[in-house]
Amino acid sequence: MKTIADHILDIIQNSVRASASRITVEIRESIMNDKYTVEISDNGSGMDKMTAMKARDPFYTSRSTRKVGLGLPFLQQNAEQSGGSLQLFTQEGKGTTVTATFGLTNIDRPPSGDLAGVFILTAIGHPHISLFYAHHTEKGSFSISTPELKETLGELPLGSSEIRKAVTELILHNLSGIGAS
Amino acid sequence: MNKITSLSDLKQLREDIQSRIKLREKSDASDTLVQIKVGMATCGIASGAKETMNVLIEEAERQAIDVVVTQTGCMGFCYAEPTVEVTIPGRDPVVFGHVDKAKAREIIDHYIIQGKLIDGIIPVEFKTIND
Repeated sequence: MKTIADHILDIIQNSVRASASRITVEIRESIMNDKYTVEISDNGSGMDKMTAMKARDPFYTSRSTRKVGLGLPFLQQNAEQSGGSLQLFTQEGKGTTVTATFGLTNIDRPPSGDLAGVFILTAIGHPHISLFYAHHTEKGSFSISTPELKETLGELPLGSSEIRKAVTELILHNLSGIGAS
Repeated sequence: MNKITSLSDLKQLREDIQSRIKLREKSDASDTLVQIKVGMATCGIASGAKETMNVLIEEAERQAIDVVVTQTGCMGFCYAEPTVEVTIPGRDPVVFGHVDKAKAREIIDHYIIQGKLIDGIIPVEFKTIND
């Protein structure tokens, strides 16, 4: 994966497969600690102990269509290469939280990428899931969610180009306002 | 139009749009709409499925056709990503492989609008190496 946004788009699909109805993406950037933390949590089915132990294994997958499962291993590799780590917390029946920590200024940290695009595409691609996104820096915080957007937009479809453009603008403006990298 | 910087700006925009256009009666009934599913697993994303999905949404809107574009997981055709499954009402779903931006436009123009079959279909009876 070339960007952190791509990783987020990818890990969110795990939550979707675990039949989550609520997914939260939280990014914390700290210049002081030189850390870039991405936390993706869901209220999906979670994993039992054995599955959770195998989740980082690239040759383990819950699918039968192929023999590899590279989403988490790739994320772990990118996190570790930039001086960070990957943490997995899961409770069967309650949900899963994936936390990837990167070195903020490390040369091997992938760039943030198209965070706004990922939020919008996930919202369009999975209209029945409530998606929450929060981004914190030392300058401030920004958050947006699909329930909030639905309330604001009413029956206007999020997929229409005008709306997509406006929401992208909203997210980018606020992200640059808090100095997100 | 001013720059959109907050939800209240967005609300303003909504009112603008609603006063300009009359919303089409759009039902969520999936049996009357063309359904497009974009394979958005690790393999798809790495091959550019995100751009493909963007183009599909834009083209469908530009051509004013009613489609529902959603995401799905890996269909097992990792070698042919990005893959897209198109279901035209009353017909069997068709899976297309190697759907880059140009292919995405071709699917909309030729398969969805004109109903012609185009190259790049992954046959249903196709078996992966693991079968």
